[in-house]
This record gives sequence, C-alpha cells and structure tokens, in this order.
Amino acid sequence: MSILSSRSASSRFVWPEWATLPLVGGGVVILAWIIIGLTIPWWTPYDPTNLAGMRFQPPGAEHWLGTDALGRDVLTRTLYGVRHSFPIAVFVIGCAVVIGCTLGAIAGYVGGWLDSVIMRFVDITLSFPPILLAMAVTASLGPGLGNAAIAMVIVWWPIYARLMRAQVLSVRSREHVEAAVASGASRSRVLIKHILPLCWSPIIVNATMDFGQVVLLAASLSFIGLGAVPPTPEWGQMISEGAIQFYRWWIALGPGLAILSVVLASNFLGDGLRDYLDPRAS
Amino acid sequence: MSAPLLAIRDLTVSFATRRGGHAFQAVSGVDLTVQSGEVHGVVGESGSGKSVTMLAVMQLLSQSATIAGSIMLDGQELTALSDRQMRKIRGARIGYIFQDPMTALNPLLTVGEQIAEAVRIHRGDVGHKHAVARAIDLLRLVAIPNPEKRANQYPHEFSGGMRQRAVIAMAMANEPDLLIADEPTTALDVTIQAQIMELLDQLRREKNIGIVLVTHDLGVVAGVAKSLSIMYAGRVVERGLVDDVFAAPHHPYTKGLLESLPQMDERVERLSAIAGAPPPISARPSGCPFHPRCPYVIERCRSERPVLRPVGPIDVACHRAEIVAADKGTLQDA
Amino acid sequence: MFAYVTKRLIAMPFLLLGVITVAFLLTHFTAADPLTSIIGERQMNNPEVVEAARQRWGLDRSLPEQYLVYLGNLVTGDFGTSFRTRQPVAQDLILRLPATLELVIAAMMLGTLFGITLGVLAARFRGGVIDNLARLFALIGASAPVFWSGLLVLFVFSVQLGWLPGPGRIDARAVAPPFVTGFFTIDTLLAGDWTGFRSVLLHLLLPASVLGWTVTGIVSRMVRASMLDVLSQEYILAARAKGASPVRVLLHHALRNAMLPTLTIIGFSFAYLITGAVLTETIFAWPGIGSYAVSAARGLDHPAIVGVTIIGGAAFLIANLLTDIAYAVVDPRVKLGAKAGA
Repeated sequence: MSILSSRSASSRFVWPEWATLPLVGGGVVILAWIIIGLTIPWWTPYDPTNLAGMRFQPPGAEHWLGTDALGRDVLTRTLYGVRHSFPIAVFVIGCAVVIGCTLGAIAGYVGGWLDSVIMRFVDITLSFPPILLAMAVTASLGPGLGNAAIAMVIVWWPIYARLMRAQVLSVRSREHVEAAVASGASRSRVLIKHILPLCWSPIIVNATMDFGQVVLLAASLSFIGLGAVPPTPEWGQMISEGAIQFYRWWIALGPGLAILSVVLASNFLGDGLRDYLDPRAS
Repeated sequence: MSAPLLAIRDLTVSFATRRGGHAFQAVSGVDLTVQSGEVHGVVGESGSGKSVTMLAVMQLLSQSATIAGSIMLDGQELTALSDRQMRKIRGARIGYIFQDPMTALNPLLTVGEQIAEAVRIHRGDVGHKHAVARAIDLLRLVAIPNPEKRANQYPHEFSGGMRQRAVIAMAMANEPDLLIADEPTTALDVTIQAQIMELLDQLRREKNIGIVLVTHDLGVVAGVAKSLSIMYAGRVVERGLVDDVFAAPHHPYTKGLLESLPQMDERVERLSAIAGAPPPISARPSGCPFHPRCPYVIERCRSERPVLRPVGPIDVACHRAEIVAADKGTLQDA
Repeated sequence: MFAYVTKRLIAMPFLLLGVITVAFLLTHFTAADPLTSIIGERQMNNPEVVEAARQRWGLDRSLPEQYLVYLGNLVTGDFGTSFRTRQPVAQDLILRLPATLELVIAAMMLGTLFGITLGVLAARFRGGVIDNLARLFALIGASAPVFWSGLLVLFVFSVQLGWLPGPGRIDARAVAPPFVTGFFTIDTLLAGDWTGFRSVLLHLLLPASVLGWTVTGIVSRMVRASMLDVLSQEYILAARAKGASPVRVLLHHALRNAMLPTLTIIGFSFAYLITGAVLTETIFAWPGIGSYAVSAARGLDHPAIVGVTIIGGAAFLIANLLTDIAYAVVDPRVKLGAKAGA
C-alpha cells in the first residue's frame, strides 16, 4: 500500500494497481450486457417480437430508439439481442479453445508427423478469409444460428492451435520441465502438470479479444441471411431489416451500437488482461 | 589571440522529471573554450555531462531540458537563436560525429544519399548530381577506397571503421568551422581507433577546423589534443594544456584516470584505480562531488564545493590541488 | 532474395491444392440439399426431374469421384456451372472480380493513407489530444460492423446531405462503360467519358472509405509504434545534426524506416478488407465477388460457393506472398541476409 499511495499521494481514493482503465471499462460493459441478458424479461415494458406501437416511429419518449417495420420496439429488441449473441460467442470461443488447444498442445509436444499434419491443416484453414469460409460452411450445413456457430468454430480453432503449439514449444524447453522429464515423469504427466499450466495467459487474452470478433462475425452471417432468421431479435438480423429501410436510420442504430460496444469492450478487456497477466508484453 | 571559435560560459543544463517534480542538473556551470585549428579533449566517465554539453551546443537536447548560460560560436550567441536559425548552423558550421556509426546512419538510405543530403540541406542551389559528386569527393577525403561504388551502397555494407569514416564525411560535408566528435572511436576496434583519430587530426591540419573530442579515454586525447577539460558529475574539474596536465595532474580524479590508462585497453569504462562509481545524476553528493571516492579527502571537501581556480598553468577545482600535484605516489597509496 | 522468392513460389501450388481440397470438403458435407435450389421445391416430388438434375450436376457420384472430377475441371479453368445463374462460375467470377478489386484497392489506398497520416501525427504529438482522437477514430473504424457504418454514412452523406451518390458503381441513368478491364475508373477514361469517370469516382468514395476505415486502425497503430521506435534512433539525431528540418526528419528519415514493419501489416489488413468487402458490397449494391458470394451462399449454389471460397483463399495467399516480396525489396538489409543465407 505504501508504494501505491506514494505514487499518487494527491488523490484520496487509490486505485489498486491491477484496475487499469481498459480492464475496468471493458469489464463493466461486458458485465452490464450479461446482467441485461439474464434479467431482461422482468423489466422491459415491451415484448421483443410483438407489436409495441405504431410502425416506423422515430425515437421519442415512448420508444427511445423508435419502432421498426412491424411496430416492434427497437431498444427492447436490441437488449434482447444479447441473449443470442453472447451464448453463441461463448460456445464458439469455448469449442475453438478446447479443440485448438488440444490439437496445438499435441502438435507442439509430440511433434513429428502428427505435428506436420495438424499444422498444415491449420495453415490451410487460416489461408481463407474467415467470412468466406464461415459462409461456405454455413451454406453447406444449412442456414441457422446453430450451424453458423459450428462454422465459426471451424474458422476459429486453428488460431488457438497455432497459439498453443507456440506456447508449448517455448515452455517445454524450460529447465523445470527438463527436470521433470529427467526425474522420470510420464509424457502426459509432464504435459499436463508442468507445461500446460504455464501456457494459458496468451490463450485467455486472445479468447477475450476474439469474443467481440465472434459476436461481429455472427452478426455478419445473420446480416447476410445465413444466421438468425426473423423474427429473432439478433443484432445482425436487425441491421439487415434496417438496411432495407435505411432512410429510417434508427432501426439499425441500436443493434449497431450494441455490436460496437461489445467489440470495443472485449478489445479493451483483452488489452487490460494482457497488461495484467504479462506486463512485459506491453 | 582572436575571439575563440567556441566559448561556453557558465552552462547549466537541467532536466525536468516526468511528473513535473524538481529538475536535475546534468551540467552545472561549465566553461569551455575551443580555438580554431586545435583539438580540445573533453574527458569524463559516462554520466559526467560531456555529451549533454555537446548536444546543448547543437541545441539537440530533448524538450524537457532547460539551458542556462552562454554558448558563443565565433562571437555569435547560439542560445538566442530560433530553431530555424539554429538549423542553418547545424551541419553547416558545426559538424557532429556520433559515437556509434552503426546507429548514426539511416539504414534505408545509401551512404552517398545521406552525405549528399547534408550538402543539399544547406546549399539549395546545388543540384542532385553535384551533391552526389560532392559526396564522392568527401568519401575520398576520408580515405574510403573506391568512393564511386561505395556511395551507392547501404550502411550495412560498410564495416564499422568505414561507417565512421562515412559519418565523418557527412559531418565535413559543408566544411564546418567546428567538429564535435562524441566518442568517435569507442565503438570501434583498437587499431581502427588509431586510424580514425589520425584522420580527424589530418582534417584539422588541412582545413584548420576546431575539434571538440569527447571521450572517456585519456589515451585517445593524449595523441591529438592540445588542451583538455576533465569533467566529473556535470562540472569541469580540471582544465589545461595536455602536456601540463599529463605532466602533473592537479585533480585526484585526473590522477586516477591517468593511472588507469595502461589497463584501459578495449572499452573498459570503469576505472580500476579509482574506487567506487560516479554518483547518479539524481543524488550528487554535497561539497566536492568527488569526495566519496577521493583518497585525499578532508573535512572541508564534504561541505564546501571547490571552484575552478588557477594553480600554476592549470585550472583545477580541488581544495587540495597543490598536494595532489606534488604527490608522486599513486592514487591507491595516498 | 531470389532463392527466397523461388522457395515461396514453389510452395504456392501445394498451398493452393490444400485450399481447394478444404474448400471442396467443407462445402460438401451437405445437410441442405442443393437439388431443392436447382429444380425448385415443387419438382422435388417428380423422380424423373430429380434424377435428371442429379446426373447433370454430377450429384449422383461418390464424394471422392466428385472431387477428382472437380479438380480435373479446375485445371482447365472450369469451376463448374452456377446453379442459379446457369453460367460458368469462372465467367461469373471474372466479370465480377474487377468490381471487387477496384473497391478493395481504393479502400486499401484510403485506409493506408489515413492510417499513416494518423500514425505519424499520433507519434509526433504523442500523448496529446491528437494522439487520443486518432486512436479513438481508428478503434471505432476497426470495431464497428461495416454493414452498419456503411448504412450510416449512406444515410448521412447521400440521403441527408446529398453530397455523394447512393449505392451502385455508376449513376443509374448513365450507361456502364464498355468492358475493357472491368475497372470502371479505367474503362470510363479509355472511353473518354469524363462525366462517367466523375460519377464512378464519387460512387467509389463512400464504400471505399467505409471499407478503408476498418484497416485505418491497424495501420495507424503500427505506424505510431514504429515511428516512436524509429524517432528514438541515433540516425534521427544525426539527421537533425545535419540541419534537417523537423518535417524532413519526420517524413524522409523516420517514416521511411517506420514503413518497414507497416508493410507487413498492410498485407495482413488485406484479410480484413476481403471480409469487409463481402459485407460492404451488399450494402452498396456493388456487383462484385462479395455480393456474388452472398447470393451464392443464400441460394445454396454449391459450385459458386466453392469457386468463391477458392478464389478468396488464393487472393489471401497471393497477398501474403506479395507482402513478403515487397518487404524484401524495400529493406536493403533483407537482400543481404538472403544472399548470406543462400
């Protein structure tokens, strides 16, 4: 405490060292969205999919963000949108991390032909523009949010595989790992007990940053018409409804700002986490 | 004797700390005089303020630096000039040679381009072709073989010594009156050092320029300089003709420097004859800044800072200069 | 350097084959039946029509067979025939490629120009108002969905202010220039049609800005960081010691060196531009590969989807290769390294 207070002796309230602006700001926004998503049915005056008033009402006292072509409240729909975007993003990131890290760790630790095969597949998958690959896979599986999610996992896992492999390669040459090997520990034990625990921080940082990107790509697929289908209040889907009526600017405003806020927040949060977990990197 | 080429009077340079706290003085009350056609050595360990003094002459210090005192070039007050006016001095009337030729050349421009640039900045009337021709002449002047070919090469294609020659050519581009050489040989191999020093001395003789040779190595000064100033902790502690100072150093620090000379092969900056290290800029001792390391220390040294005073042919800032000068033993015996 | 480029060039066909294979496989694990989109739902009950369509499109063969046939056709430049347009996919793509390239190149130029300007200013006035504003502007560009920011700028600049034209490549009343290169900017000039050229430029401005905005941040952040690094180098001090003016030091000495790491990032930003182009084209009714891909995906037009995906992957590989070569050409030190290494 003494170090902290001497650093900013003039201000009365002393922020803890870890509470940087990006970390706190990004965290608050994400947390706010999570709370909204969990509690929203209990406090909105309107239903997200049913008529709430006159059609095409510009923002006003009744409808803060106006109403859309079917007279639904845009703000309500925007807030409900998080209940589609967040679970998808969590699912995609979760699966991508599990699959990618498993394969990446195996590639990095086992090496040999297995490494070559996995990494060539990673290279090739990463040489597609993500949206084209996701579109192709979604189209092949059939439109729908679930299939879009699967497509995004296919697009995303190689990133974590590459990351994890690099981590494992750098950690496995450290002395404590070599000591463990020398003391006769089994290969899987060395990997799980001695290598993996040291590999996580870049994975966590990347996953945090990618959260916003997944939300963005999911919205993009819905916008194109491959993800959520009407009347789902999904952000990308809502913007595509707004695009048809783009003279009525307010229809797309809410969902656009929502996506922007999530992408920005996850970026900040990721940045802040990186500084916190690995101060040398910044 | 006419007006000196460079006359620094009572120069003080202080740096504001980042949070606007109290400033540190990197250089305090430095006086320095350089005549045309002579080499003046400025000797001190790193952190003694010698480089800061020279960058102050060029007015190339960062914005956090405050300069007080007077810097006259040929009777013209440099500290009063605007940046625009100062740009006409830099590279034209004062050439600057940097310590590390590896980093002082832009890696993406050919050596010829960089020398030609120095010409064209100050001579708007010189066309590109003529500037390149001049660059080749300059490379020839600094004895770079095959200058036509060399001018079209990039810095990484030059060896260390050749690079330093190129840097010198760049500094000489507009036939300046004054050359400031800031540790010009420190980054070079020993034998190459001698060649570069010989080149500088030859330029001095041929072009009658004044040279300030900044170094931590008294051995470098011994060969070429006529006079020298010894700096310690931001101040000049001893000043005089090289012959006089070498014959009888009056400051214990100079004495220590001279005694450690034979061991100063390569790039050893730490002086074995003097115990301890120079004080950090933020915590300079009271009284004589050298007193914590000085074997001749008396009570007065701790409280009262000695000022520069003439003792025989030498100016020295030491309360016990007479005793030091008379002591024929080594510093460690004292 | 020569050896390096050759090595990369030799690797290219293998990577391309991988790209083709993956694109083919991923789009043929089909749950949705493409037949529906070929013959329409009503005819699905008619076995004769179904069988005929199956044979015609090769859907009756096994997957490996389909793959080999596809690969064989690909060698002759045949990407198959689109289910929807009933045109060869290759022909569709060639006709639409120039529109996308024109958009992406314009966006890259605008985005890079803006990014470099912002990056240099941010580095010069580090920590100041300009630095922070530049960062905010760039961050929003990179984070906002293009299909939304596109709508907003279209509404503001076209509908509200009326400064710029709406969607499309050229004024709706004007006649498209005769097809020479497919680049409307070039074709209108070749035809000597100045009104058309002006209209094309104006139409290009909004979509290219929106798309370029997405990479402004990547470029400016990189330029800022490498400028700060370069500005602390001794050769910058040396340039100032020559008497060079601040502008000359900043642009001639510092920016040149700062551009090296920036070059890689420009190549990398190509990924963003392709992704963004797909969505930007949809908003701005841009008849390019992106909007073609979207309609193909919506219509489950398999040959078209595989074709577009392969072209996208190839574009990616080529962009990366060009970036690496450009890096080697610009940095004189890389040449030596390659020579010594070879």
